[in-house]
Amino acid sequence: MTMQSPVPLAASPVLACHECDLLQYAPAEAGQMVCCRRCGCPLQHGRGCRPSTSLALVLAGLLVFVLANVFPVIGLEAGGSRTTTTLLGTVWQLSHQNMLPVAVLVLLTGVLMPGLELLCLLYLLLPLSLGHAPYGFASVMRLVRILHPWGMVEVFLLGVLVSLVKLAHMADVHPGIGLWSFFALILLLAGNASRFDAGQLWERYQTCRAMH
Amino acid sequence: MPRYALITAARQGLWRCDGCSLLCQVPTLAQDGRCDCPRCGAALHRRKPHGLQYAWAFLVAAMICYIPANLMPIMLTEMLSGTQRDTIMSGVVYLWQSGSWPLALVVFIASVLVPLLKILSLLLLLLTVQWRSCWAPRQRTRLYRLLEVVGPWSMLDIYVVGLLVALVQLQSLATIKAGPAAIAFGAVVVLTMLSAMHFDPRLIWDSIEDDDE
Repeated sequence: MTMQSPVPLAASPVLACHECDLLQYAPAEAGQMVCCRRCGCPLQHGRGCRPSTSLALVLAGLLVFVLANVFPVIGLEAGGSRTTTTLLGTVWQLSHQNMLPVAVLVLLTGVLMPGLELLCLLYLLLPLSLGHAPYGFASVMRLVRILHPWGMVEVFLLGVLVSLVKLAHMADVHPGIGLWSFFALILLLAGNASRFDAGQLWERYQTCRAMH
Repeated sequence: MPRYALITAARQGLWRCDGCSLLCQVPTLAQDGRCDCPRCGAALHRRKPHGLQYAWAFLVAAMICYIPANLMPIMLTEMLSGTQRDTIMSGVVYLWQSGSWPLALVVFIASVLVPLLKILSLLLLLLTVQWRSCWAPRQRTRLYRLLEVVGPWSMLDIYVVGLLVALVQLQSLATIKAGPAAIAFGAVVVLTMLSAMHFDPRLIWDSIEDDDE
């Protein structure tokens, strides 16, 4: 390494706030929630979380994700005919009405981004909890960081509730298995997001790589 | 006397990696050229590169799309009695009049208030940073944090229209189609989110530091 290249400052207890760039010391006791003293932005998550806990949440999330997308979310009964739809059915119907940009947006934010994020997390957490370093860790971590803000499952769920009330005026509506699965999915995703700590995963990855 | 007599990481030559949040000591000589994070290999930047320019570009595009999103119909209901064209606002009014005012309130907040306040807040943040203002930095940082949280919620109307379109296909009675405003509205949501992502809140505090010198 030459004198020109950046050097990590990992071993020091110094934190830089990512919203105001203030340099500050981390408290000596581990496992505390740390907030920036100038702007109040959370800098460090409280509890140290084992990857196996996150892994359990991700696995449950994937299972529920499949259920939520396979089973109908709402069923509608009017005039003797019955229609049901899933999130993918919505995408299909939109794309058949020359609304391709909207269909793609719904597909990406409702299905692809959250699904891909869960798969990426599985790829990262499964080897890490077994003590192995996954191949291509840095790029997958970057992908997770890009995907995360675009997953909007919770907004979709609110959309389902709004449509249920709107449709209740004109026909019989039946909430389906998909709807309950979406409820479970947002709980699992929220639990997972609150535990996700990129810095901790990186440290874990480095210790795993050093062992092998 | 400086208002905030505190040291920032950038002044110490410490850059935080955007990819893996590692704090790196970047030598003065390397600060002009390209340097990579020693841990994850992502390019290191003192601040988000060209953040203000990107944020402005996306915001202006969002403001342009906001006009057709509100003026054109977002949902077309074809019934035997004729076609009903609903804009976002007329949909809220319809909900209010049909008695479900809690729902009207939810849709009004998510589809009308949130996008409008998002655009106005981004405008405020970008203008104050552009003018190097030292006004209420803590509150402005909090506003930015709020923007990132509420960002996706304005997608609500897109999902509602999508679901209604997929469900209400009763050939004899009624069919619902998505209107052109759906595309414009989706674009507003995506563009404001992109604008907020490219804005670097550390710029708010940079002007204060320069002012103190």
